[in-house]
Amino acid sequence: MASGIVSIKVNGRAEEVVTGAVTTLQDVLRNNLDYTSVKDGCSQGGCGACSVIVDGELRLSCLTPVQEVDGSEVVTLEGLNLSNSITALQQKFIEKYAAQCGFCTPGMMVAITALLDRNANPSRDEIAEALAGNICRCTGYLPIIEAVESIVAEMAGIAGD
Amino acid sequence: MAMKDLKIVGQPVKLRDLDTHVTGETVFYEDVRVPRMLHLKMHRSRYPHARILGIDTSQALSSPGVVTVLTHEDLPGKKLYNALAGAGVGPEDEPVLAFDKVRWKGESVAAVIAETPEQANAAVAKIKVEYEELPAVFDVEEAIKDGAPNLTAHWPNNHYVYPDDHRAAQIRYGDVEKAFAEADHIVEDSYQTQPIEQAPMETNGCIAVPEGDGRITVYSNTQALQFSLDVTAGILDMPTSKLRFVGGTVGGGFGGKVDIQPEPITTLAALRTGRPVKFKYTREEEMQVSSSRSAWRVYVKDGVMNDGRIIARKVTTYQDSGAYLRFSSYACMKHCGHMPGPYTIPNVSVDSIVVFTNRTPSNAMRGFGVMAGSFALEVQMDKIAETIGMDPWELRLINAYREGDMKAHRKEVEDAGMVESILAAAEMAGKQLPENFRNMSSLDRKAG
Repeated sequence: MASGIVSIKVNGRAEEVVTGAVTTLQDVLRNNLDYTSVKDGCSQGGCGACSVIVDGELRLSCLTPVQEVDGSEVVTLEGLNLSNSITALQQKFIEKYAAQCGFCTPGMMVAITALLDRNANPSRDEIAEALAGNICRCTGYLPIIEAVESIVAEMAGIAGD
Repeated sequence: MAMKDLKIVGQPVKLRDLDTHVTGETVFYEDVRVPRMLHLKMHRSRYPHARILGIDTSQALSSPGVVTVLTHEDLPGKKLYNALAGAGVGPEDEPVLAFDKVRWKGESVAAVIAETPEQANAAVAKIKVEYEELPAVFDVEEAIKDGAPNLTAHWPNNHYVYPDDHRAAQIRYGDVEKAFAEADHIVEDSYQTQPIEQAPMETNGCIAVPEGDGRITVYSNTQALQFSLDVTAGILDMPTSKLRFVGGTVGGGFGGKVDIQPEPITTLAALRTGRPVKFKYTREEEMQVSSSRSAWRVYVKDGVMNDGRIIARKVTTYQDSGAYLRFSSYACMKHCGHMPGPYTIPNVSVDSIVVFTNRTPSNAMRGFGVMAGSFALEVQMDKIAETIGMDPWELRLINAYREGDMKAHRKEVEDAGMVESILAAAEMAGKQLPENFRNMSSLDRKAG
């Protein structure tokens, strides 16, 4: 792919970025547009810390050439912070101590949002499956899965915990 | 004090930065934004052991986007360092940038500083290092044999030398050989652990920013800010007052960011170029270059009586430090003190030896020194139980240390809780123990 100009909408804002031959969506979001919640843990699709939502689908921004998403709508955690739904999930993460160093947390938030958007009532197995691409090295996955279960239960109107 | 009187212990405490972790607003070192930032990439050794005959940086220097290239000749202060030198550990044995030899595959040789990471990488590939390959050694026991390839004149026999010329951290307590002769059983085995990468989510890195007042601010994710500051000051031959290290937010460490790795060379690069410089390890560097937990080889010989009492324990341990010392002499001494385990044994002999090999230098990881020891000892405890036909829980309860016992390294046991811990674990696991064991206490040896 040659260099050129790519137009994307990020968190509701139209952006035009000049790209090189191998510009990733991650690089554009982090370094051109300063969306620093998009973390760079491996640059090779192994850790999930760079997860974003592109046209409603969960994507690893480090493996996504930005030219491939020309004309798309991209949402990062900064964008989700503006909505009410993520606030409740964030509160559950705090209550369940589901974050420690915090480096994987933005990617987790995005991946969980993508899951709940397509399945409002996931089972424990479905939660674990949906987060299989997001590595956490501190807390372990149990409090994270419990935080999601807890928000699912609340959304379903069942008593949580 | 009863649990109910405790205000913090047993209560969850909220992390100070949890609120911004969940919104992604926590600022990690890499999230700091500075204008006109340069990028540093390292040319690394291709060989585990080789003499450096020449370093040619000319093609790299003329490569697009390159601002400068640094080799050992550019170091203003110390060329060798050890993080614990300030605590009297030495000699300083590790080069900041290799000069006479490389001693492990991946060792830092020359740093390229360029406008973009891609340009820095392209120039790294253009550095030509002429090597004379040397025989390498990768096994701890091979390394200390006569005639093994020697890594450095600092360690003529490829092992660390403790004060008073001791080759090992040692414990001598009672008479092990006499007790072996009196024991009903001898149980002997060897244990080997592997190097383990800490694999934090965020790789090692830092950003060094020259300030208008002549100081340099370094945003780092190190777990050991003070060590990094001291070592950097020594290497740059600068007073520490000229360096401002900003840290505290670490994207996972587990010991893997205790090393002094990116800071000194990045700070020098900022000083030389007058511009902010970032050095971030790739995931590959994090796996292959940043230190791992050491591999340990542990030989254990125990003398045991029919009633389960361990009356003698002899341990010889070889810690694979890799090519340089780093914190190994500390870890090995901790290992030595730990090796009787949480058991009272009247005759103990331990030798634990730091060995240098042509492997990636090892360093801290959660409980380094102790974990390998506990692994060896607790597998050994199960083997003893099997050998003498005793329940492994009962064997541990019989030997567990009690309040006031003298440990092999001459430290009296205080606040003993081993017996109670085992009993609590047994209850949780649904393990049925005979009444005399259930009545045991850390306060005395009467029951059992």
